[in-house]
Amino acid sequence: MNRAIELAGVWKFYGDYAALRDVSLQVAEGSCCALLGRNGAGKTTLLRILAGLSSFERGRIQIFGAAPGQGHAGFLGHGIGVYEDLSARENLRFFARLADVAEPERIAKEWLERVGLATASDMLVRQFSRGMRQRLALARTFLHAPKVLLLDEPFTSLDDRAIAMLSELLIESRNRGATIVLSTHQLREALAIASHVALIENGRLRHSGVRTQEMLDDPGLLYRLHS
Amino acid sequence: MRTVKHALLIARKDLAVELRTKESLNAAGAFAIVILVLFSFAFDPGPEEVREIGGGLLWLVFLFAGALVFNRSFARELPNDCLDTLLASPLSAGSLLVGKAFANFVMLLAIDLVSLVVFGIFFNVNWTRHVWELGVVFALGTWGISILGAVFGALTVDLRLRELMLPVIIYPLLIPLLIAAIELTKLLLSNGPPSPSDFLWAKMLIVFDVVFTALALALADTILVN
Repeated sequence: MNRAIELAGVWKFYGDYAALRDVSLQVAEGSCCALLGRNGAGKTTLLRILAGLSSFERGRIQIFGAAPGQGHAGFLGHGIGVYEDLSARENLRFFARLADVAEPERIAKEWLERVGLATASDMLVRQFSRGMRQRLALARTFLHAPKVLLLDEPFTSLDDRAIAMLSELLIESRNRGATIVLSTHQLREALAIASHVALIENGRLRHSGVRTQEMLDDPGLLYRLHS
Repeated sequence: MRTVKHALLIARKDLAVELRTKESLNAAGAFAIVILVLFSFAFDPGPEEVREIGGGLLWLVFLFAGALVFNRSFARELPNDCLDTLLASPLSAGSLLVGKAFANFVMLLAIDLVSLVVFGIFFNVNWTRHVWELGVVFALGTWGISILGAVFGALTVDLRLRELMLPVIIYPLLIPLLIAAIELTKLLLSNGPPSPSDFLWAKMLIVFDVVFTALALALADTILVN
């Protein structure tokens, strides 16, 4: 299996504080890696570096042989990443065009139908409920079928409908060969989808390997083994 | 080509949002008009004084109104972490900066035009004789202000005092552009014959625009990532 993402000896400092310490990790093409760790462990920092949103001081990172931030990735961070003063359709059309998607108008329409926002497509996002915003954010993240998906705690604060939708989209993306890295505290949902697991503690990678049946049966197992 | 396409997408999106909310245009336009009207009543300048100070007055109004536009430019990307989403997308940092600058440029040109009309009425100046030349000077000067406004709008977007910091940083840097633009505007408003030094001012405007646009493109990644 080809390596989609490769980190070698990566260090990241905030002033004197080392947020990532000598992190080396390989993620195979088409795999789904659940990035686990307690709050402040370095998961978000790692994902932001992979998305090209943050620089790093030492080490090497390659995503499909290129530096981070070359537009390979679909990124869903803590914010929903859509504009309040544009309609749902305008938002999706804008991001589809940015991603050079062919027929952005048609793709936007299809995704609006898929996430159940077809009837609200011309409403401004500022008029949306929380659940509607979350579904629009999912459509925005997945609409260009990215080769790499970087998702920072994507299950957090989602309602049941959005959780089901996200799980379905992740499985579909994995089946089409996308490489997924997602950080999460929702162990059950993440481990059900993940093929690999990485555990970060205090900026160090404590464990990296294939997700096993034992982890599925006992989602807290990794934390206990490495605490 | 892709950089241009993406920059135009960003500019179009910003202009669409601005036309819907009118946050910057209303504030900057009202500010420009009020300053010009107040100045005409406060000093009641004669024709000779208007020829002397008209260019300076206009460009200072553009500059102060511009700060209101630039402050909103990147701040518009903060809600919902839209800036992160843009930077993680295939969009290059250079496209983002140039797109922002282009949207600022269009908004500021609209304010320039309104200000010029108000200036003509309240100061009794006929500026229509050199309308094309004025248009070129305004376009060159406004682009320089816009690209610098976009660069420093990006740099100050995370600062709590960004409304104060942005003008404090960019105004000194804009002095060469301002001098050139003021001199050329003064010449065009007074209908005098151009001298060789006036072409030097025009060259200075062009060089300023080219240098700062090139710098913005070269440093875009450094400015926007981390």
